[in-house]
Amino acid sequence: MSHTPKARAAADPRRRALRRRRLLGMLFVLPALLLLGALVVYPVVFSVGRSLFDASGDRFVGAANYMEMFQDPATLKAVRNSAIWVVVAPVLLTGLGLVLAVLTEKVRWATAFKLVLFLPMAVSFLAAGIIFRLAYEQNPDRGVLNAAIVGVHDAIDEPSPYPTARAREGKGLSGSPGEGYTTVEVRPGGDIVLPFVGVAPEAVPHRAAPAWTPEPSAGSLSGAVYLDFTPGAGGRQGQIDPKENGLPGVTVEVLRGGTVVASTRTGDNGSFRFDDLGDDAYTLRVPASNFAAGYTGVDWLGPALVTPAIIGAYLWVWTGFSMVLIGAGLAAIPRDALEAARVDGATEGQIFRKITVPLLAPVLTVVFVTLVINVMKVFDLVYIIAPGPVQEEANVLATRMWLVSFGGGNDQGLGSALSVLLLLLVVPAMIFNIRRFRKGGA
Amino acid sequence: MRRSATIALRTTGTVSTVLALALTVTACGGDAEPAGSGELSGKTVTVAGVWTGSEQKNFKKVLDVFSKKTGAKTVFVPSGDNVSTFVGSKIEGGNAPDVVLVPQVGVLQQFAKAGWLQPLSGKTTETATAGLAPVWKNYGTVDGTYYGLYFKAAHKSTVWYAPEALSQAGVNEPKSWDELLTAGRMLADSGRPAFAVAGEDGWTLTDWFENIYLSQAGPEKYDQLAQHKIKWTDESVVAALTTLAEVFKDKQLVAGGAQEALQTDFPGSVEKVFGPEPKAGMVYEGDFVGGVAKDEFGKKPGEDAKFFPFPAVGAGTPPVVSGGDAAVVLKDAKNGEAGMKLLEFLATPEAGEVWAGAGGFLSPNKNVKPEAYGDDTTRATAESLVAAGDSVRFDMSDQAPAAFGGTKGAGEWKLLQDFLRDPSNPRATAVALEAAAAKTYGN
Repeated sequence: MSHTPKARAAADPRRRALRRRRLLGMLFVLPALLLLGALVVYPVVFSVGRSLFDASGDRFVGAANYMEMFQDPATLKAVRNSAIWVVVAPVLLTGLGLVLAVLTEKVRWATAFKLVLFLPMAVSFLAAGIIFRLAYEQNPDRGVLNAAIVGVHDAIDEPSPYPTARAREGKGLSGSPGEGYTTVEVRPGGDIVLPFVGVAPEAVPHRAAPAWTPEPSAGSLSGAVYLDFTPGAGGRQGQIDPKENGLPGVTVEVLRGGTVVASTRTGDNGSFRFDDLGDDAYTLRVPASNFAAGYTGVDWLGPALVTPAIIGAYLWVWTGFSMVLIGAGLAAIPRDALEAARVDGATEGQIFRKITVPLLAPVLTVVFVTLVINVMKVFDLVYIIAPGPVQEEANVLATRMWLVSFGGGNDQGLGSALSVLLLLLVVPAMIFNIRRFRKGGA
Repeated sequence: MRRSATIALRTTGTVSTVLALALTVTACGGDAEPAGSGELSGKTVTVAGVWTGSEQKNFKKVLDVFSKKTGAKTVFVPSGDNVSTFVGSKIEGGNAPDVVLVPQVGVLQQFAKAGWLQPLSGKTTETATAGLAPVWKNYGTVDGTYYGLYFKAAHKSTVWYAPEALSQAGVNEPKSWDELLTAGRMLADSGRPAFAVAGEDGWTLTDWFENIYLSQAGPEKYDQLAQHKIKWTDESVVAALTTLAEVFKDKQLVAGGAQEALQTDFPGSVEKVFGPEPKAGMVYEGDFVGGVAKDEFGKKPGEDAKFFPFPAVGAGTPPVVSGGDAAVVLKDAKNGEAGMKLLEFLATPEAGEVWAGAGGFLSPNKNVKPEAYGDDTTRATAESLVAAGDSVRFDMSDQAPAAFGGTKGAGEWKLLQDFLRDPSNPRATAVALEAAAAKTYGN
C-alpha cells in the first residue's frame, strides 16, 4: 500500500524534531549545569579529596582526619551542639509558629501583629547577633535581660548592705562572708569591737559616723561594728582608730547555746547594745545576710547557657518566618471542616488537635525540614554571640569547620573533613525536601 | 603582637572588622609625597603595614622626612590585619610592595622561609648594630641571615594603676611579686579589689603568664619553651602557673572574681581602673594601656594613670616582655634599592625621634634621645625597654603558631581562660597546654 512509506516519512522528521528539541533543551540547561558544576560539584569533590590530606595539603593521610574528628574533644562538642540545635530549634520554631499562626487568626490586629513578629527577618544575622550579644551581657548596666532580672529580684529581695565586706582576719571573728561571722564566748559587762574591711569608701552610707562603743554596764553586751581601715593606711588593725567609721545598719545577733536570743541593728556610729542579759556565756554573730553578694543575674553567656541563649536569638529571628508560612497554610484549610466540627460541639482545643494540625501536616513538615537545613548551617549567630572564653562550648559544626580551616590553625584537611560530615548530615533532609516538592508538582 | 592597633579589632569583633575593611578600602589610595631633588628622585617606595589611624599618620611623618632627604616618593599601603595573606597575594599578583612592616616574629620567619625577603644591606646592618641590642637582631634573623629591622617596639611588662587608689590604701609601688600580692590585699581591704583582669581576651592572660615565666624560669627556659624545645609539662611551667594561680584564685585580687573577669575585655579592664566608676586599682598590660586611659577616659599618663614595672618573681630579675614591628625588603620589590635606603634611614635614631615626638611610639634603638619622647611616662617605658638590653624577650604566644598562641577560643588562650575559671590544678593545665602545643608545633 502506499500508506506505509508515507508513515515512515512522517516518523523521521518527528524523531528529528524530537532530537532537536532535546538538543535545544540541553543548550538551555548547559549554562546552569556549568555553573552548578563549577560552584557546587567541583567544590564538593575537591573538599572530599582535600579531606584526605594533612594540614599542608602535601601528604596523603587517608581517613586520619575523620578519625581525628571523632577524637578531638572540641569537635565532639561541636557535633553535640549541632545535634542540640537540630533537635531543639526546628521543633520550637514550628511549634511556636503554629501557635502564633492560629492565635493571630483570632486577634483583631492580626496584620500588625504579624508584621511585628516578621520584622526580625529583615534584620541580618550579624546585626541580630550584635543585638543579642549586648542583651545577654552579664553586667546589668549593659545587658537588658539581666537588668530586668536583677531589677525584679532586688525589688523582692532587698540587697544586703555590705556585699564586699569581710572580717579583719585574726581579730576575734571567725567564719566567712558566706556563712556569717561569730565571736568567741563572751560574758555581759564588756565591750566588743567587730572589725571589718573591704568596703569601698563610696559604699559606706553617708550617715556613717566615727566608730564609737557604748559605755559597758553590768548585764549588757555592747560594742561596735566598724570599718577597720584608715584611709591612707597607718591605722592599727583590730582597734578603733580616730579616722575609722562605724558601719551603720549591720544586723548583729546574740546567741546563747546556739539559739538566737536577741538581734539588733547597728547605729550610725556602728554601735550596738543588748541589755538585760543574765550572767551567762554568749556568742555574738554577724549573720551572712549582711554580706550576701548582690544578685548578679543569669550568666547567659557562660559555658552552660550559651547554646540555649544563642538558640533563643535564632528563635527571635525565625519565628516570623514559620508563623507566616504556617499562617498561609492555615488560610487554605477548608472552613467547612472547621465549622462542621464547631456545629458538632467540638471545643477549640479539640479542633486544633484533631482538625487543624492534621490538615496542616504537609505545611508543617516543609517548614520543619527547611528549618532543619537552615539550622545545620547556622554560623553567624554562634560566631558573634559567643565570647572568646566560651567559643568552644558554643561551637557548632559550621563554626568549628571555619575556625579549624581559617581561624588560626589553618588545618584545611580537617576542615574539609568537617565540611564533608556537614554535607552528609544535610543530604537526607535535602532528599526529603526534593521528594516532597516533586510530589507537590505532580 | 601589635596589641595597640589590633585591640579594637579583637574586642569588638566583627563590627570593627567591617569598619576596618571600609577604612582600608578608603585608605588604599595612599598619598604619594611630592618628589624633591636627591639621589632617589623619581623613585617611589611602597610601604605596607598594618597601621591605621594615628599610627599611620605618624609613620607617614617619618616617611616624609625620608622623602625630603632622598627625593624619593613614598606610598603607604595599609595591609589590613592579616599581613601574611596580604603580602602573599600581592607577590602572586606581581604587585609586591617594596617594604613591609611585619608585626610578628612568626610571620617574619614564614616570609624568610618562603624566600620572599632580601637580606639587609651592609650599611643597614651596621647602623642597626650600633643602635639595637643584639636580641633585636636575633629576632630579625632567620637561619643566620639578618632580614628584619626592628623599628617600633612595645613594652608589655608594665602594671598600670590609679594613683588615688594606691594612696587611699596607703601602699607604694611594689618591687617584688610578694609585695605586689600584699599591696593587692591592702587595696582589697580599702574596698577596691586589686586587679582588673581582662579574661575575655585570651592574649592578656598569656601576657600575665609570660611575665611570670620569664622572671621565674629565666630567659634560657623562656626561649626553649617559646620554641617548644622543652615541654609545657616542665616543672618550671607548673611553677609559673602555680604563681599565677596565687592571683587568679584570690577573690580579693581579681575584681569581681574569675566569673566577672572572664566577661571583661581589654578596654573593659582599663575602664575598671581608669573609668568613671572605678572597680579595681591596677591593671596589668603593655605600654598601650596609657594610650587607652588617655584617649578613652581622659586620664593623663604620668599623673592620674601611672605604671610600675612588672615586679620580679621569686629570685628572678624583673621581666621585660616585648614585641615590635620589623621592616623588611621584599625580593620582588620594584624599587628594592630605594626600599633598602628607607631601611637604612629607619635604622638611624633620627627616624625614631621623628615618631617619638609625635607620640604612641617606643624605639628599641638606644641612640634615640630620651628628650625626643613627648611625655615622662613614655620616656620611662622607653628607658626601661632599652635598659633591659639583651634580657628583652618577645611575647611567647606571638612566636608560637597562631593555632596555639593566637586564636580566639582555642589553644593557649582558651586553656588559660579555663585556668582563670578554675585555677585549682596547675599541673592539669600544663598537661592540656602541652597537648595543644604538641599538636600545633608538630614536634
